[in-house]
Amino acid sequence: MKYEEAITKYDPVIGIEVHVELGTATKMFDAAPNTFGGGPNSNITPTSLGLPGSLPVVNAKGVEYAIRIGLALGCEIAESCRFARKNYFYPDVPKDFQTSQSDEPIASEGQVEVELEDGTQFTIPVERAHMEEDAGKNTHVGGATGRIHGADHSLVDYNRAGVPLVEIVTHPITGTGERAAEVAAAYVRTLRDIFRALGVSEARMEQGNVRADVNVSLRESPEAPLGTRTETKNVNSFRSIERAVRYEIARQATVLDAGEKVVQETRHFHEDTGETTSGRLKSDADDYRYFPEPDLVPLVPSRDWVAEIKESLPELPAQKRRRLTAEWGFSDLEMRDIVNAGLLEAIEDTVTAGAPAAAARKWWTGEVARLANQREIHPTELVTPAQVADLTALLADGKLNDRLAKEVLAGVADGEGDPAEVMAARGLEIVEDTGALEAAVDEAIAGNPDVVEKIRGGKMQAIGALMGPIMKATRGQADAGKAKELILAKING
Amino acid sequence: MTESSAITPEQVAHLASLSRIAMSEDELAALAGGLSTILENVARVNEVVGDDVPATSHPIALSNVLRPDEVGATLTSEQALAAAPAAADDKFLVPQILGEE
Repeated sequence: MKYEEAITKYDPVIGIEVHVELGTATKMFDAAPNTFGGGPNSNITPTSLGLPGSLPVVNAKGVEYAIRIGLALGCEIAESCRFARKNYFYPDVPKDFQTSQSDEPIASEGQVEVELEDGTQFTIPVERAHMEEDAGKNTHVGGATGRIHGADHSLVDYNRAGVPLVEIVTHPITGTGERAAEVAAAYVRTLRDIFRALGVSEARMEQGNVRADVNVSLRESPEAPLGTRTETKNVNSFRSIERAVRYEIARQATVLDAGEKVVQETRHFHEDTGETTSGRLKSDADDYRYFPEPDLVPLVPSRDWVAEIKESLPELPAQKRRRLTAEWGFSDLEMRDIVNAGLLEAIEDTVTAGAPAAAARKWWTGEVARLANQREIHPTELVTPAQVADLTALLADGKLNDRLAKEVLAGVADGEGDPAEVMAARGLEIVEDTGALEAAVDEAIAGNPDVVEKIRGGKMQAIGALMGPIMKATRGQADAGKAKELILAKING
Repeated sequence: MTESSAITPEQVAHLASLSRIAMSEDELAALAGGLSTILENVARVNEVVGDDVPATSHPIALSNVLRPDEVGATLTSEQALAAAPAAADDKFLVPQILGEE
């Protein structure tokens, strides 16, 4: 069954767990550097490896970042919380448990406002945000696919073991209907933007800084109890999240339509096919036997510290969007187009560099986007905000008109230099020399006596017939307004 | 913990499975008995605890033990792998993992 049909028959409910790797200098519980790359097993300490006798100590920065995230999501920050051991036996966790938080997360009950591309808004209820550590990285060797089945053995690199994570868990998200897949992707995108604005993570999806587990279930109607869910693990791009949700909704609808039951299980998403396949059964492996981590004492964030962090929170993306929409006088639609095109920051920087907002928007979404599109790159890779600001300044000063400015921009895009340099090098500046303009006007008047008669007779639109020869004589650099003034002065004067 | 805290061989088998430990029927039965005895003894603590003693996760009243976010000494990969039963490409080599991911 196709997604489109599935969502007419069933009411989808989604739930999303997002893990974000924090951009601290060191790991969560030891002083090994938290860096991407480096030789295998080089960024580790005895604690990263869980060697006997090693003891964890909590990274204050990791806690601060977790509180920042919690506050940005509108959560309550716990008066007191604890770490817990999540026990499972798998070679990527060297201690045989992951240090996490269970019944006492640092942040709980918040919400995230999510906007879809067409402006439709959804409020995503956040259940909790808790601190934990990342696992090491397994490479399966010998299997044809690099996945587990058929592997002869596995190689483990613990550089990532102990990297600070915050996991954000939603309540079941209802009421999204046919937009379920879009909402899932937009939610994770919104979180990514928030992490970046907060400065708590580089939040690069392609490096796995942000990873999502997507829960999907279907029910007969919005009034029915929640159906059995599946959890698709480690979906790592916005597009994959949308595809995984679409696939699961369609698959589960097919199962239910056949009178069968959805199996509660973990599933894996495959980028190449867009399908999910069965992983392990949930019931059996989810017996994590959480208990309080005896090696870490309770965390009691003082209310002063929390207030201080709250005070230091930067403007969040949604607030910023609202402020700029008002400041710039754009419509919601104009603003959405800018955001969807990934041009908000570029336009903001262009305005900061002195350009009027309307002009910045016009050039970025117009000619710059067109040129970038031809080259199949993003507009921000083509020119800089400073260059666009310079271009609008030359326009405002009357040194360029729109047509000439486009030529200048083409030169800038071709790497010929900044707008002023290109204008000078290509000789594109509007002729300021009134002598040259006057000569061109005189010539045009002398060469077109019939047109001049019409203008004398009051047919003002006939002026246009003189503009062609004037522009030709000045190689298009005449200021049309000034030329018009001169023509009228000469004919009527 | 009360008298119903007796551990069954099935529970031990479940734990053993989660812990990836192979155990014989005899071992399961013996350990079930042993664990039950331990739990019963620990449960006796409840008999002497009054309502005025709050449950705690840690024996000493200490909180907020934090360290600054500063890089310290690390192991080299040679040191890290020195005690590993097997290694390859500067990584720990472990037996194939089946049945779950």
